[in-house]
Amino acid sequence: MKENHDKKEYWAAFVQRWSGVVLALFLPAHFLVLSRSLQGEQALDGFLHWADMPLVKLAEAGLVGLLTVHLLGGFRILLIEFFTWGEWQARMITVAAGGAFACGCLFLMRAI
Amino acid sequence: MVNQQNTIAVSIWRGDKEGGLKSYSVPLLDEQTILDLLTHIQRNIDPSLSYRFACRVGMCGSCAMQVNGKPRWVCRTLVRKAVRGNKLVLEPLPNLPVVKDLVVDMEPFFDKWQKAKGCFEPGQTALEEFLPIKPDEPRRRLADAAIECINCGCCYAACDVVASNEAYLGPAALNRAWSLVNDSRDGANKERLQAVTGTGGCQNCHTNSQCVARCPLELNPTRSIAGLKRKAAVAILKGKL
Amino acid sequence: MKDSFAIKLWLIQRVSGMLLGIFVVIHLVTMIVAIQGGLTAKEILERTSGNWLLGGFYSVFVITAALHGSVGLRTVAQETTGWRGVSLDAAVGLFCLLLVVIGLSAIRGLVL
Repeated sequence: MKENHDKKEYWAAFVQRWSGVVLALFLPAHFLVLSRSLQGEQALDGFLHWADMPLVKLAEAGLVGLLTVHLLGGFRILLIEFFTWGEWQARMITVAAGGAFACGCLFLMRAI
Repeated sequence: MVNQQNTIAVSIWRGDKEGGLKSYSVPLLDEQTILDLLTHIQRNIDPSLSYRFACRVGMCGSCAMQVNGKPRWVCRTLVRKAVRGNKLVLEPLPNLPVVKDLVVDMEPFFDKWQKAKGCFEPGQTALEEFLPIKPDEPRRRLADAAIECINCGCCYAACDVVASNEAYLGPAALNRAWSLVNDSRDGANKERLQAVTGTGGCQNCHTNSQCVARCPLELNPTRSIAGLKRKAAVAILKGKL
Repeated sequence: MKDSFAIKLWLIQRVSGMLLGIFVVIHLVTMIVAIQGGLTAKEILERTSGNWLLGGFYSVFVITAALHGSVGLRTVAQETTGWRGVSLDAAVGLFCLLLVVIGLSAIRGLVL
């Protein structure tokens, strides 16, 4: 009888959903910060200075990570929904998305 | 689990949704299926135990129930393979009303089958000559890939969206709708597309693919539903939906 | 609401997702290049002031992201809290509008 080894797709959908929620709730904050630029250079610089704190940098890295994960998960969904694939291919897509994310992490870690 | 006397303790849901798990001790035999175990309990220990089965050989899908948290056919599940760390828990299929013990009311499942227009509607071709359909035609291949469903309900029970959205038609109904969408003889595809893109429609599928993971016939409702989504997208862009 | 409302939201979600896939990659690459060697408001404003192309691109980006995030939040709210109907649609619509307004005003502050 079948073993249920395919929880991967469930977790892919779970991560997609909750990374999306965090990003959607972060967006207003992101736009508001940039709105400060309306108040001139000093206001923006003040914020950028605050943003130099390590904890903030960590949060930023986390957000970029979530964005990348959500992006790759999005590619996976678009591939599954708009092209026909066999089971093996669908599983490989999920694995590839995970692998690409890992590569992205490494790249970003050197960039930040 | 397997002690010196070769017995196994199995927890079984008794009662309706307000019920609870009850433990039974059953002799463990080689190559015993969970259905064998249930038969033993009903005949020798507790005749009040209710469960469904019919063919006993993995053809009818009647014996679907939740085994250690996953929907399976118990006639095709060996006890030794299903046991997880000495525990075997049998519960009725989730996402459906519990009638008694391991028996659920399949009515909502079949209602949604109807709502998704999962029935063949003869078209004009019934009045004319027979429409020749070759088995290797692309649409027939798509229909054939989805057609073996015997509506056991395992996919419906496994689907997280069904659990969180009462209106969602579910993987089985949508999979059948897809097989009919690809049936050249059918005459109701305009209505069918509307049925599968309404409130409970295919757009609710989030590709969790637990339906694919659980289907005993290895069908792929996620793929069928993706096909419906593509049909819907084309129809929207053409202004037909 | 027409019964086809939900499937149309799905299509908006997927199309906006495809666009965001491209926009986000551009945005991430641009940001990683821009933050090399630190970041000040002066640098940001130097690059963005009067840059209508940038302004145009980010305006489309903001609107697409607002739509995508709002449709997503609506689905998550429905499935995790059971909140449905006109009140949810209104709340989500308001959120979308909010994002568009704040986002476009932020761009205005950077470009004008």
